[in-house]
Amino acid sequence: MLELYGHVVASRLLLGTARYPSPAILAEAVRASKTDIVTVSLRREMAGSRAGGAFFQLIRTLGVRVLPNTAGCHTVAEAVLTAKMAREVFATDWIKLEVIGNHDTLQPDVFALVEAARILSGEGFKVFPYTTDDLVVAERLMEAGCQVLMPWCAPIGSAMGPVNLPALRSLRAQFPDIPLIVDAGIGRPSHAAIVMEIGYDAVLLNTAVAGAADPAAMAAAFTGAIEAGRIAFRAGMLEPRDMAVPSTPVIGKAVFS
Amino acid sequence: MRVLIKGAGVAGLTLAHELTARGAAVEVAEIARYVGGGASWFAGGMLAPWCESESAPDTVLALGREAADWWHTVLPGHVICKGTLVVAPQRDTGELARFAARTSGCDWLDADDIAALEPDLAGRFRKALHFRHEAHLDPRRAITALYGRLQASGVRFHLGAGPDFPEAGFDHVVDCTGANAIGQAAELRGVRGEMLMLETPDVSLSRPVRLLHPRIPLYVVPRGDGRFMIGATMIESDDAGPVSARSLMELLNAAYTLHPTFGEARVIETGAGVRPAYPDNLPRLSVDGSAIRLNGFYRHGFLLAPSMAKDAATCIVGMQADNGQQSLVRPSLLAPSERNIIPLQIGAGR
Repeated sequence: MLELYGHVVASRLLLGTARYPSPAILAEAVRASKTDIVTVSLRREMAGSRAGGAFFQLIRTLGVRVLPNTAGCHTVAEAVLTAKMAREVFATDWIKLEVIGNHDTLQPDVFALVEAARILSGEGFKVFPYTTDDLVVAERLMEAGCQVLMPWCAPIGSAMGPVNLPALRSLRAQFPDIPLIVDAGIGRPSHAAIVMEIGYDAVLLNTAVAGAADPAAMAAAFTGAIEAGRIAFRAGMLEPRDMAVPSTPVIGKAVFS
Repeated sequence: MRVLIKGAGVAGLTLAHELTARGAAVEVAEIARYVGGGASWFAGGMLAPWCESESAPDTVLALGREAADWWHTVLPGHVICKGTLVVAPQRDTGELARFAARTSGCDWLDADDIAALEPDLAGRFRKALHFRHEAHLDPRRAITALYGRLQASGVRFHLGAGPDFPEAGFDHVVDCTGANAIGQAAELRGVRGEMLMLETPDVSLSRPVRLLHPRIPLYVVPRGDGRFMIGATMIESDDAGPVSARSLMELLNAAYTLHPTFGEARVIETGAGVRPAYPDNLPRLSVDGSAIRLNGFYRHGFLLAPSMAKDAATCIVGMQADNGQQSLVRPSLLAPSERNIIPLQIGAGR
């Protein structure tokens, strides 16, 4: 079982809620994924809504835990303020912390991220930082109070899949007991399976599901791949070799001619 | 048969037309002092069901493909049938392939084809998609013209009518109040859209152009006289306040990416409206007790209103008074859902 800040979750898939063709299809995808946790961007869906916003009401009816995020924040102050708003709206101290350093690529500003993580952890938030695969930044985030790390495996929305497996492995080796969730860059179920096979604890997805022709079916496909990758990791996989190795002994084999 | 329609947006006015055509005596009560006030006023006016099917269910294409003909028949001269051009910035050309794979009815264009269709875009894009069957109109001119046509054919309008406008004496009352019904109509929510209008004599386009981008797909619709509507954001909110700085920046960026000359254009208007939408983002004709409601057109008002209005009018004219209790001639329409909310693609037996 995966434990995130003392909360046990059964599903190792976290699902984003943005950019689905409709809320009805989002709800289908959430059901098909069997996820326990969805992320919700507070930034733009909030503004001035009556009754807390029909979209949020809909999210609440999904019966899953909400991990609000600070998507679209570019400064420490913005991210901290958004986190506090999220705590009010969703009555949770969980926060997916995003501080964007580049407007176009949405690459995290890791310096501001560490700073915001320190402030928010100090105020009792359970911070899920969206970070790069940089080991030193990860260490700083841990020092700042994070007990979960969410490195990207490729730039957000790129659908490239893991572009730097050695870096991801190195993070895993360095933090064997910290939940590591790949956040961003996953395009297909096989990508998710790969990061699970190297021992990552979970995968966070949005575009790969929301942008599929059939989001609910794709959510189910990811769930299967993530489960397969996890089982494979625990089952212990073969290491690749340069040469063929026969699976049956060849010496002394009976020969019929 | 006397019918009162509440709401004089695109839904109410198209329904008024279809009911009048079926012999009903129609009156329209609008809370604002003008017609077309809500989301209709800020619409793009693209009759583009093939492009929309990129993210919308097949129903939108099925119901929307007759829209251009309807508008052309009712308001001759308003519909421009030159298709839609879809382009992407150089580094996002993968988006074009994805868009083409999700849709039908388009041709791939190369740089020469683009230059032939839209000379002002020559040299700016190497590839594009052309959805040849699509059309567009100016929603404000169309709404105003339809208002005139309806008045001429005897429809009485009550502008500035309060919520307690007397409903006595009407056989049916149909609520077409769009986003104003949020909070009353079950499951109806608002999706905020922001737009702006640019004016420049230095760019000329003959058809709507969609600019694909992984995060912020936007469109530019030529309105004639050097005016261009740039739209539209999609934000899960029913806030109708002024456009935000971020949205304005994104809209301007899209225009600038399409053609740098837009950098010199005048911003003559910015606006924001709230699109009424149900969870599946499809419109519904619903009958809940004696209340009839036509709503939830989302971003497809001008596209889907004609077809929905035709079906709604047929359904309403077929209703009969029965001991003062209204019932449906086609009760099977009420069957699909326990709440009597009918997604029309089921109800109309398409």
